[in-house]
Amino acid sequence: MKPSKHELDIRNNEGIENVPMKERRHFLKMGLAITGIFAGGTILSAVSVIDKVFASTDEFTARYPYKPHYGMILFQNRCIDCERCVAACGETNHVPHEGYRTRILTREMPDAAGLKREFIPVLCNQCNIPQCTRVCPTKATYKDPVNGIVMMDTHKCIGCLTCQLGCPYNARYFNEEKHAVDKCNFCWDSRLSKGEKTTTCAAACPAGCRVFGDLSDKSGELYKAVHQLERPLWVLRPEAGTKPNVFYTKDVLPVAFK
Amino acid sequence: MANGAETSVLTLNGLESMVFTRFRTASMGYYMMLLFSGLLFLVAAGLGIHAMVKGHSMYNVYREIPWGILISTYVFFVVTSTGLCLVSSIGHVFGNQDFMPIAKRSVFLSIATILSGFFVIAFEIKIPWRMVIYNVISPNLTSNIWWMGTLYGIYLVFMFAEYVFLLLDMHKPAVFCGFSGSAAGIAAHSNLGAVFGLLMGREFWHGPYMPIYFIASAMMTGCSVIILFHFLGYKINSEQMSASMKNALRVTAKLGVLLISVIMFFTTWKMISGVTGQPAGKYEAVMALLNGPYAVNFWVFELGLGMVFPMVMFIRSKGENLKMMFLGACAMIVGIFVMRYDLVMVGQIVPVYHELGVNEYKHLLSYAPSVYEAVITLGGFALTAFLFLLGEKLFGGHKVEESH
Repeated sequence: MKPSKHELDIRNNEGIENVPMKERRHFLKMGLAITGIFAGGTILSAVSVIDKVFASTDEFTARYPYKPHYGMILFQNRCIDCERCVAACGETNHVPHEGYRTRILTREMPDAAGLKREFIPVLCNQCNIPQCTRVCPTKATYKDPVNGIVMMDTHKCIGCLTCQLGCPYNARYFNEEKHAVDKCNFCWDSRLSKGEKTTTCAAACPAGCRVFGDLSDKSGELYKAVHQLERPLWVLRPEAGTKPNVFYTKDVLPVAFK
Repeated sequence: MANGAETSVLTLNGLESMVFTRFRTASMGYYMMLLFSGLLFLVAAGLGIHAMVKGHSMYNVYREIPWGILISTYVFFVVTSTGLCLVSSIGHVFGNQDFMPIAKRSVFLSIATILSGFFVIAFEIKIPWRMVIYNVISPNLTSNIWWMGTLYGIYLVFMFAEYVFLLLDMHKPAVFCGFSGSAAGIAAHSNLGAVFGLLMGREFWHGPYMPIYFIASAMMTGCSVIILFHFLGYKINSEQMSASMKNALRVTAKLGVLLISVIMFFTTWKMISGVTGQPAGKYEAVMALLNGPYAVNFWVFELGLGMVFPMVMFIRSKGENLKMMFLGACAMIVGIFVMRYDLVMVGQIVPVYHELGVNEYKHLLSYAPSVYEAVITLGGFALTAFLFLLGEKLFGGHKVEESH
């Protein structure tokens, strides 16, 4: 029989330390499963994303091949679509009006319980197995051997735009001013190479949505955010096999609906 | 001209008067066509250069659809060129006597069509002059585009050399160049297929299907173009076809029927695999062809004009009725052009974030060529027509010795 509200009130809190391990695991699995279902099949929960992106567990961490191995995690439900990141990026990196290096997508679910709308910031995923660099005929785009950022050598770009087709993230555009394809390079030339520690989009975000850092630095915020079994973690379009260095997660909210 | 003894005694003056005589016999219609195609080519070149200088904003391609009709036209021309090379090589490279009479004109046209392809793509690529430099000094060996470009360059050299050797009636080097050209052509063309087929996350294209399909459809295209241009060539020169030439076209039509069947088989399974189980990304693209914005292109042009009509025409002509074969070949070329257009466009219309269900990419993307793109496309056809017309008179109907 269902206990009345008063009965519940007078009961002692049994404390989470007393919840059996099996119960905890069951709860965690349920959470992960819900994340996976909510994602609509396009994104994967932390359980299956591990071997896709080299994140989590020592075995995969040992494979971060770059020092520093730059990456980013986006706390999706912190994004409020203010687009300060887009504006800051445009200004810092001289992005012409016809293009963008980062943007914010909107997903609406009118029938959803709780929030009806969410925002998904997207940018170059600085993939570990980038398709854009493979398809480029002249090595105009390449993966930096030191920090793993996918860079552009603009004077080699012939403008065939195969990289634009190869990119599963629509992260590239043709910059008429530079006469070459342009893309996000984690503000390498405008900030990181000058000693700054983070990208302009991450710095401009008032909600702390974007956390930039070194994935191989175990003491760093990014490493800790990515390497948590409890945290639902996914990448966009894992089926493209590019093993991105941009991760997505959500702050775990109290249950907002029944 | 094809006779070695004659060639050796031919003086420059003699050659000049021979060519002059050939052109003098041409009709007014011929000169009008030559002028029209030449002018159209020049207009297209002018617009292309203008677009290049002004920054390509005259094209209707955009970030999500970076490849438009100029790429599909390039694919069409190189498909045609490879097809001409492969079908004609059956005779003069691999020794099948039936195909021997079509060799010269086909090799000449394979050069004309690949030049048309290069002409069109030069205006689609944003900075083509960088390609000339960095393809050589900074090659990326994992790039199919690099291999395709390089191999087509080698192919063009071999085809050119082959034609020269055929003109000089030097059989052995012609066979060597023909074989090497065919090998380079197959490698280049399958790499073009792989440009599309190896793109992960572009489900409509991804897989080993594209390189294989490209080779089969190249041969199919080759058959139709051979019939078309031989028919026209004999009209221009007002000559009667010899029995061996008629026989060559008969076997070409037969081969055409076989290859149409192969492409029908390929297309059937491509469509079935695209709808069965509704594979993400691929299903939307295939449905756009079957029952969406590209349905008319698919059913009427690709299937109707490109496959069914020419098949009926080729079979009903029994290889004898040249007009029927000509009509079939014309329809087939139109159908194949649309086939290439659909292949390039449908692979791009499903946005990369479509499955994410975001507002920005809920719907399929659309594209229609701009005036600039359309005229440059026509310019490619004009170049082929111009070179064909010029070649017919310059090389005296591409005669091949019967005893060859």
